[in-house]
Amino acid sequence: MSQYRLEVRVKPRPGLLDPQGKAIHHSLNSLGWEGVSDIRVGKAIYVDMEADSPDAALEAAEAMCRKLLANPVTEDFEVSMVGELEGAGS
Amino acid sequence: MKVAVITFPGSNCDYDLYKAAQQVGGDASFIWHRERGIEGYDAVLLPGGFSYGDYLRAGAIARMSPIMEDVISFANAGGPVLGICNGFQILCESGLLPGALMHNNSLKFESKDVLLRVERADTMFTADYKAGQILRIPIAHGEGNYEADKETLEALEAEGRVVFRYVNAAGETSANANPNGSWHNIAGITNRAGNVLGMMPHPERAMEELLGSTDGVALFTSMVASLQTS
Repeated sequence: MSQYRLEVRVKPRPGLLDPQGKAIHHSLNSLGWEGVSDIRVGKAIYVDMEADSPDAALEAAEAMCRKLLANPVTEDFEVSMVGELEGAGS
Repeated sequence: MKVAVITFPGSNCDYDLYKAAQQVGGDASFIWHRERGIEGYDAVLLPGGFSYGDYLRAGAIARMSPIMEDVISFANAGGPVLGICNGFQILCESGLLPGALMHNNSLKFESKDVLLRVERADTMFTADYKAGQILRIPIAHGEGNYEADKETLEALEAEGRVVFRYVNAAGETSANANPNGSWHNIAGITNRAGNVLGMMPHPERAMEELLGSTDGVALFTSMVASLQTS
């Protein structure tokens, strides 16, 4: 078993209103970044976990997204491997 | 009628619901979210509040509570389940109701009285209202903007599962009567079988003239009456 760190990115589905993104968008425009045409706000979740292999860790993280971390009605998710953590596991 | 009020860490309308159930003759008890078993109860109420601080998504973590497995079985067996505000969010997260409640399009926490139109007076939750009746009931939420995919929304309308809508004083579903941006001014929906109702407004806070409105009473009397006749 090794210890891995994964990054889960959860983001609002395209086309769904993202009021938080809209507010930030307006604020950036008023600060002078007039070229900013859209802002979407998601979240990043870092998962440290023990697994047999990087693939097993990725698979587990995807299952976590389906079960809890993302809402399939409103959000999409992506999972990526940050890397193996040193000094852990056996 | 034995009524279970499920309390999650962060629930804050559980006592209001308990009182509302008692007021209409229900025998209410609290069930802590970590307990198991709701045998012997006739109805389940999921209160408003901020379960788990709304962390991750409103209702997402409460939905994983041990008692929710029992609530889901109870609902699937036809038992009446009413979820108000955070309770509605938990029902959506649990899959007992379709769709999701997103941030209000105003970006504000909306706390005020709203007007609701009763769309269906033939449900077990609304039989003591009249179809088209206008109610004054308070809301208090930051995430009440009802959304679902197009297919689901069309099915909700086609099957007549929208029970309450936000309206103006003339009873019209105008945009300015909509406090959160919900699709088609949806304030409350049922499941297909009609035994699960989720709504953002708080009928349990509209039980006394002294507190501004008694328009919530009929919802609870409807539930009691339906259980006594069944």
